[in-house]
Amino acid sequence: MPRRGGPPEVNAGSMADIAFLLLIFFLVTTTIETDAGLDRMLPPIEPPDTDVVIKQKNIFTVNINKNGQLLVEEELLDLRQLRQRAMDFLDNGGDGSCNYCRGAKNSSSSDNPMKAIISLKNDRETKYGTYITVQNELVGAYNDLRNREAQRLFGRNFTEMEAEFLNPETPARIRDELKDKVKTVQDLFPQKLSEAETATSN
Amino acid sequence: MGKFNKKGKGDLPAVSTASLPDIVFMLLFFFMTVTTMKDSSLLVQNTLPNASEVKKLEKKDRVLYIYVGKPTREYQKVFGTEPKIQLNDKFADVSEVGDFILMERAKKPQELQNVLTTSLKVDKSANMGLISDIKQELRKVNALKVNYTTYEGDAFRNLQ
Repeated sequence: MPRRGGPPEVNAGSMADIAFLLLIFFLVTTTIETDAGLDRMLPPIEPPDTDVVIKQKNIFTVNINKNGQLLVEEELLDLRQLRQRAMDFLDNGGDGSCNYCRGAKNSSSSDNPMKAIISLKNDRETKYGTYITVQNELVGAYNDLRNREAQRLFGRNFTEMEAEFLNPETPARIRDELKDKVKTVQDLFPQKLSEAETATSN
Repeated sequence: MGKFNKKGKGDLPAVSTASLPDIVFMLLFFFMTVTTMKDSSLLVQNTLPNASEVKKLEKKDRVLYIYVGKPTREYQKVFGTEPKIQLNDKFADVSEVGDFILMERAKKPQELQNVLTTSLKVDKSANMGLISDIKQELRKVNALKVNYTTYEGDAFRNLQ
């Protein structure tokens, strides 16, 4: 039978109901996750072939005891001063070979940011929260110095450039450009953070 | 003044709901795009510490998760109150961490196997002893890239 007056209209009245149903389902299952944190590399388990001799003055020792107190370079230190102390150490430039350092050039502290190593030790009973705070401050010290250099060289912050570089949504062209800049700044203050195996508490 | 005589005195015109589906669809698409399905339910208390110098963990397919914390209340009778490790959906011992990483790594496509990050979601009241053991296990299976997953905030709040 031929149809008259075109096809009948589909009733879309229940569309809203269906959409609501789906909406409620996704609302309930959504978890907007908080996935951000401190990136660290663990040392490989094989010991290096050659023993490297490191001068004592190039090592900045940080010890955390089980009560969360800090022993920095053999003296007690408040956690809030750790960042500044670490920056002073890294930025020292004792042997004069570092032309961008603005530190005190103290001969009894680190020679050069390339050689400066931060050694972090903790007790088995140290709280994880304290440990993260210390890690955060040490990473912060590196970031502050890198930001300073990035501002000087490229006029913007290192952390910002790095975040843009790591973001997968950044176009490849900009990423390539940023890669060199990020690398340059990273090489000025290479992150040398050594974590010794945990001491047992006595 | 007959100019402004009201038509249809008393009964309000019905509000048009024709655009309601559009609005709802818009919301629906928003939630569809931001949704990530929870793949494992937490068996441990997991209050992460705060840190300010954080980097975002991009690309979820390259991340393995290890949870550490005290068992939640319903499991405390069975498992006690000492911090435990949770891998996937069950409690595990430190010695199982290495196997877990190897197994999860084998499941990933070849090109991702070398770029995996291990995200440590550790309750802030856990002790470092357990974390050091996990780190040791991770080193044994050469899973060296770790991320101490934290909330974004002032790091000094962890101390209270």
